[in-house]
Amino acid sequence: MKAISLYLHVHQPFRIRQYTVFDIAQRHDYFDAEYEDRTNNERIMHKVAEKSYLPTNRRLLQLLKDHPEFCLSMSITGTVIEQLERWAPHVLQSFVDLTDTGRVEIVGETYHHSLAFFYSRKEFEMQVEMHKQKVQQVFGQTPVVFRNTELSYNNDLAYWADKAGYKGILAEGWDKILGWRSPNYMYQPAYTDNIRLLMKNYRLSDDIAFRFGDRDWSGWPLTADKFSDWLNNTQDAQLFNLFMDYETFGEHQWEASGIFDFLEHLPSEWYKNRSNRFVTVGQSIDVFEPVDHIDVPETITWADTERDLSAWLGNSMQASAITGLYELEDAILDTHDLALIEDWRKLQTSDHFYYMCTKWFNDGDIHAYFSPYENPYDAFIAFMNAYRDVRYRLIEKGVQL
Amino acid sequence: MLGWELPPHNSGGLGVACYQLCKALSKKGADIEFVLPYTADHSDISFMRINAAHPQDVEQVLKAGIAYDSFKYVKTTGEVQYVDLFGQVAIYEKAVERVVRLASFDMIHAHDWLTCRAAVKAKMLTGKPLIVHLHSVEADRAGAEHGGNPFVREVEELALQIADRIVAVSQHTKNAIIREYHIPADKIEVVHNHFDPSGLIPQDADVNAYAYLDKMKSQGYRVVANVGRLTIQKGLPNLLRAFQKVLVFAPKTLLLIVGSGEQRNELIGMTADLGIAENVVFADFQRGKRYRDAYAVADLFVMPSVSEPFGLTALESIGYGTPALLSKQSGVSEVIKNALKVDYWDIDEMANKIVALVQSDELRDELHTHSYKEYLNHSWDESADKVFAIYQKHQTEVPA
Repeated sequence: MKAISLYLHVHQPFRIRQYTVFDIAQRHDYFDAEYEDRTNNERIMHKVAEKSYLPTNRRLLQLLKDHPEFCLSMSITGTVIEQLERWAPHVLQSFVDLTDTGRVEIVGETYHHSLAFFYSRKEFEMQVEMHKQKVQQVFGQTPVVFRNTELSYNNDLAYWADKAGYKGILAEGWDKILGWRSPNYMYQPAYTDNIRLLMKNYRLSDDIAFRFGDRDWSGWPLTADKFSDWLNNTQDAQLFNLFMDYETFGEHQWEASGIFDFLEHLPSEWYKNRSNRFVTVGQSIDVFEPVDHIDVPETITWADTERDLSAWLGNSMQASAITGLYELEDAILDTHDLALIEDWRKLQTSDHFYYMCTKWFNDGDIHAYFSPYENPYDAFIAFMNAYRDVRYRLIEKGVQL
Repeated sequence: MLGWELPPHNSGGLGVACYQLCKALSKKGADIEFVLPYTADHSDISFMRINAAHPQDVEQVLKAGIAYDSFKYVKTTGEVQYVDLFGQVAIYEKAVERVVRLASFDMIHAHDWLTCRAAVKAKMLTGKPLIVHLHSVEADRAGAEHGGNPFVREVEELALQIADRIVAVSQHTKNAIIREYHIPADKIEVVHNHFDPSGLIPQDADVNAYAYLDKMKSQGYRVVANVGRLTIQKGLPNLLRAFQKVLVFAPKTLLLIVGSGEQRNELIGMTADLGIAENVVFADFQRGKRYRDAYAVADLFVMPSVSEPFGLTALESIGYGTPALLSKQSGVSEVIKNALKVDYWDIDEMANKIVALVQSDELRDELHTHSYKEYLNHSWDESADKVFAIYQKHQTEVPA
């Protein structure tokens, strides 16, 4: 028996508008750009919903109706749920319609898609709890499998998730970690008792998420039957962890690329082999036994060729911005000012730091594509001004900094 | 090659660009006869021959002042005469006519409107292919679309129409040529300028020439600098207005302005009117160590130009270790991605970005690290390749 575990990640940050030095101490509307501005969150939400969320959910719901065994997993951050509630409730309902089938498992994570785990355990746990409550409220289920922001992972995180009672955790199936081993099996994190480790098959995942529309790629055009053949012909494999951004469907890969046709036909092609299955991340843990322990002392992520955190924390602007933000933690929480605390948390969203990445800015690559700013420096300037305003609000309350 | 100035007698980027382009072209095998309108010792230049074009009865022509000023003629009789720019352009045309009859060449390559009359005359006399290389158009210099001196516009337009090929130093300049003179886009090729690291004045162990600024930096001040002609095109009034706002948020900021020009007195008066005179230092036109140190002492170089055809000073600044805030209306912003950028008219945003930079050494250092890499990645060599390809194409089109 072979199983596909399809896991889709849904997230949108609250992008900071072009918040200038003249706004500091005057207004605190960091996330409210004019509608036509590139950083306007509502406009981006409408665009992504139109291009990706709605057409993808429509197809997924049909697949769930057509194939009673079909199932998948998804994670959906607190920040994107908030945006859906505020600007596109019908789109949120289309997600709820999926989970209402009982065959869509929600994966746990931080509410704010933050890197808090690496800066404050207390704040991290608070955001995980906030996310759990939001998921219970909106989707009526409690996550049993965990993923951290950007699939960041190390032994400490696995240890934490084990103690917190999760039965599984997701990570990048990176060659340097796996060595000779295959990602297509169940694993267990080193130094843990119960928890299981699900390793993303990044080659197969990226065939869909990145290479699908690339006409220069030897695999192009990728069809559902071709892809199923590849999996059927893969020896020594039990489980194919296909993890990717939800926006792969319709946003990163446009409709004209045929990505929706691929999705529509994948279950029927895969089920042609009667012993094949789809599983959710939680189900895969029930079905497959771990074959080995995996030791990850250094943090890995699913980003870039380095698979580390350097896209978020690699330069001095990023480091100074995030360090400054977490230094405010105690002072912020002590105010019990919920609006201020929430603004501070929204500034923790990892995307803000990603926009400041200078690594490949020169090549005009993927980083630039996903940024609403003209360059990493403008992203830093907007963030730091918002940060200064947060500090100002603290000082106004009489806090000594 | 028809040019108007070469270092060290240059008043700005035009002379530097001509010098570095010719040096790179000669490495490719171009044999260059460079014609200047004045007499000077250029014995240090070995990669091309330099001729002074002046009338027969004139012993010596000296540049009397800086940019676009009058020229001083020393006649064989010992008599001294000053000639204004238009007169000089006419004299240059006549003189080039004489040079053209004496020398043999395959191509006429003329830089800027000042040499345009001479270039057109040379083409009429010889029928050789003419390449007009524009480092700025009159509307740029006037700081107003469709503006400028009508006589200059006429000369510029005529040469652009007659030219076999036009080289523009930036897309910005190409757009201006199309906008101002309706020249077909496919006749114009963009060849960006560069600033060769070998052109930088080497660092020394001496204290910075701006000792006051250096001392203030150690007291926590940050320095913002502009180097260039004080003329309408450069947009300095907007920088001063922005700087007034900067001081509200970052009072420990100093502005250094190096250069001279017709706006000098107006700008000095303006700093007083804005109440920022204490924080603005005017240092006049400089060369050598004082020129280099102006860049070196600064944390940020600001180019607020209303319209900057290229903007070599920004590259020099990056070469000397100081990142830049560039007007989006500049050619250099097409080349350097790792710079802060602002519309020249957006005074608030200019202030916002200056404040951000003087408040964050991380921002300054990241900007510089990455812009310096970009600076090193470009070279005159790649520009010379493009120009040389134009030579080859037009040479083969000349009937034997």
